[in-house]
Amino acid sequence: METVVELSGVVAVLSNFPALAGIDLVVHRGEIVLLHGPNGAGKTSVLRVCAGLLPIERGEGSVMGVNLRTHRESVREQVGLLGHSNGLYLELTVTQNVSFWASTVGATAQEVALAMQRMKIDGRLAHVKASQLSAGQRRRCALASLIVRRASLWLLDEPHAGLDTAGQDELDAILQSAVSSGATVVLASHETQRSRLLATRVVKVDGGLISGSES
Amino acid sequence: MTTTQGTATPTTQKLGIATAIALIFLVLSGLIFSAEDVVQGSTVRMMYVHVPSIWVAYLAFGFTALCSAVYVSNRSRSLIWDRFAGASAEIGVLFVAISLVTGSLWGRLTWGTFWVWDARLTSTAFLFITYIGYLAVRRLGGTFSQRARRSAIMALLAVLEIPLVHFSVNLWRTLHQKASIADPNAKVQLDGFMLFTLFWGLISFSMLFAWLLIHRQRLMALEDAVQDQGLDRAIQERRTEAGR
Amino acid sequence: MTSRMQTVRRVSLAVVRKDLRIEWSSKVLLNQVAPFSLVIMIMFAFALDNEGILQRVAPGLVWLATLFSMLVIVQRSFAVETADGALDALRVAGTEPLGIFIGKSLALMVQLLALELMLLAIALVLYAVEPTAMGYAETFATMLIATIGLGFVGTLYGGLGAGARGRETLLPLLLLPAVAPVLIGATRATEAAFGSGGAQSSEGWPWIGLLAVFAGVFGAVGALAFGPMIEE
Repeated sequence: METVVELSGVVAVLSNFPALAGIDLVVHRGEIVLLHGPNGAGKTSVLRVCAGLLPIERGEGSVMGVNLRTHRESVREQVGLLGHSNGLYLELTVTQNVSFWASTVGATAQEVALAMQRMKIDGRLAHVKASQLSAGQRRRCALASLIVRRASLWLLDEPHAGLDTAGQDELDAILQSAVSSGATVVLASHETQRSRLLATRVVKVDGGLISGSES
Repeated sequence: MTTTQGTATPTTQKLGIATAIALIFLVLSGLIFSAEDVVQGSTVRMMYVHVPSIWVAYLAFGFTALCSAVYVSNRSRSLIWDRFAGASAEIGVLFVAISLVTGSLWGRLTWGTFWVWDARLTSTAFLFITYIGYLAVRRLGGTFSQRARRSAIMALLAVLEIPLVHFSVNLWRTLHQKASIADPNAKVQLDGFMLFTLFWGLISFSMLFAWLLIHRQRLMALEDAVQDQGLDRAIQERRTEAGR
Repeated sequence: MTSRMQTVRRVSLAVVRKDLRIEWSSKVLLNQVAPFSLVIMIMFAFALDNEGILQRVAPGLVWLATLFSMLVIVQRSFAVETADGALDALRVAGTEPLGIFIGKSLALMVQLLALELMLLAIALVLYAVEPTAMGYAETFATMLIATIGLGFVGTLYGGLGAGARGRETLLPLLLLPAVAPVLIGATRATEAAFGSGGAQSSEGWPWIGLLAVFAGVFGAVGALAFGPMIEE
C-alpha cells in the first residue's frame, strides 16, 4: 500500500514549547485516520507538520514522498488543511470567499457552485458576509473552499465542531467520496463518538506523543 | 564547553591581550605623541576615535551581509552564520553610535554645531536606524531557523537600502543646495606620524572588532544552547504529560 | 515557465480583486484612512502657522501624509490576511508567493493613488498651491511612479513576520527608513511641479528617474524575497 505520511521521531516547536515530542506515524493511501486525545495533546501540530506549515526541529518526516525537513513548501499544493481558523476573509460574502479560493487554482464557476451546493451554503447564505455567519456556517464555507482546491491529502482539525447533524452527515459523505476517489484523510478530534464511525483507524495522541492505536 | 569556562580560548585570550596593548598605544600616540593640527589644534585628536569607529561599523555591517548571504545560499543552513551576522550587527550599531557621538562633538568644536544636514551625516543616521530595525527583527521570536531566515533577508535588504538612501540623500544635498561645510578631514594636513596614528587606530579597532565578534558569537551560541537544553527538558516534561 | 507565469497572473488577479473587494465592502480607506490624512494636513497648518511656509513646503507635507497613511493601509492589508488565518491557508495551499506579492502590491498601489489624489486636492485648497498644466502632468507622473515603488516596498515589509507578535509596532521602524528615497525624490519632483520656492518644472524629471529606479529595485527584490519572508 502506498505510504502517504511517514513521521519518525518528529519534534516540532511552537516558540520554545515542544508541541510534538517525538511522533511516529504512518498513514497509507485511502485511509481515514482519526487522531484523538485531550486538548493540547499535539493533534493540531501533527496536522500542521504534515501540511508543511510547521518546521520539523528533530526527527524525519515525509508526505507523499516529499521530505518535510528540506522541501516542506512543495508538499502544499497537494494538501488541504482546515485548521482551527477557517482562512476566510470576514468582509467578503460566502460566494466571494469560495470564488477567491477557486480562482487561485483556476477552478471554474461550476465547481464553485457545486461545492457550495454540497455544503448547503448556496441560496440565501451565498451573499451573506463571512463575519455574519454562525460557526458552523463558516466551517461549511471553509470546507467548500477546500473542495474547490482539489487536495489529495485532507488534514482536518475538529471538522465536525459547530456543524449540526445534517452538516456532519454531509461532511462524512464528502470525506467518504473523497477517499473513494483516491484521497487520504487525517482528522483530529477530541469528540470521538461520531468520528470513530467514520475512521478506518484511530490513533491516540497525548503529551506530544503517539500513545496508542486501534483499528 | 561548559558555561564556567566562559567564551575565551587561548587564541582569543592572546588576541584580547594584543588588542589591549594596541589600544593603549593608540591612546598614547593619539593624545600625547602626535602633533596638534595647525588649524584645529587638539580637537583633531577626535579623528583617531571617530574614523576607526565608522570603519568598524562598515566592516561589521559588511560582515553581517556576507554571513547572511552565506546562510541563505548554504543548503545546510548552519546557524553559526546567523549568529555571526547578529553579533556583527550588534557591534556595528555600537560603533556607528560611537562615531555619531564623536562626530557631533567634533563638529561642535570645529563647526560650532553638533549636526549639519550633510549627506554623509544623514545617511549615517539612517544606517544606525536601519540596523536597529534589523536587531528588532532578530527579537521577533519564533524558532532559531525562523529568526535566521527573517534576519538574513532583512540584512540583505539593508545592503540594498543603504546605497539607495545614501544616493538619494547625496542627490538631495548636492542638487538642492551646495554643501556649506567642506569635509572636515580635508582641512586637516596630516603629517607622517598623524597618518600613522590614524592607521594604527584602524588596525587596533579592527582587532577589537574581531575580539568582540568572536566572544559575542560564542555567547549567542551558549544562549541558544541554553534554550536548546530547555527544549530537551521540556520534551521530557511533555512526554510525562501522557501518563496523567 | 509559461505555466508558472500563468499561475502568477491568475493568483495576482485573484488577490488584487479580493483586496479591492474587501476595501469596497468595508470602506476603511474612505471612512478611516482618508479622514486621518485630512487631519494630518490640518495639523501641519497648526504646527507651521504661516501661509507662506505652508505653500512652500506643501509638496513635502503631501508626501509625509501619504507615508503615514500608508503605514495604516499596509497594516490593514495584512490584518485581513491574518484575522482568520487566510495567509496560513494561502501558504498551505502552496499558492504562488509571487502572485500574492504582485496582487497585494497592486491593491496597495490603487489605494495609495486614490489617497494621493485626495491629498493633492486638499493641498490645492488648503495650502493655496497653483501648478501649471505642465506642473499637473509632472505631479501625476510623480505620483504614479512613486506609488509603484511604495506599493512594492510596503507589501514586502508588511509581509515580514506576518502574525508574529510585536510586528505592528515594528513596521514603522523598518518601513520609514526604507521609503526615505521616495520621500526625497517625490517631494523634490512635486516641488518642481508646483513651482515651490521658484523651482523650475524641468528640475523634477531627474527625481522621477530616481523614483523609477527605486520602484524597479524593490519590485525585483520583493519578487524574490516575499515568499521566504511570509514563511513561518
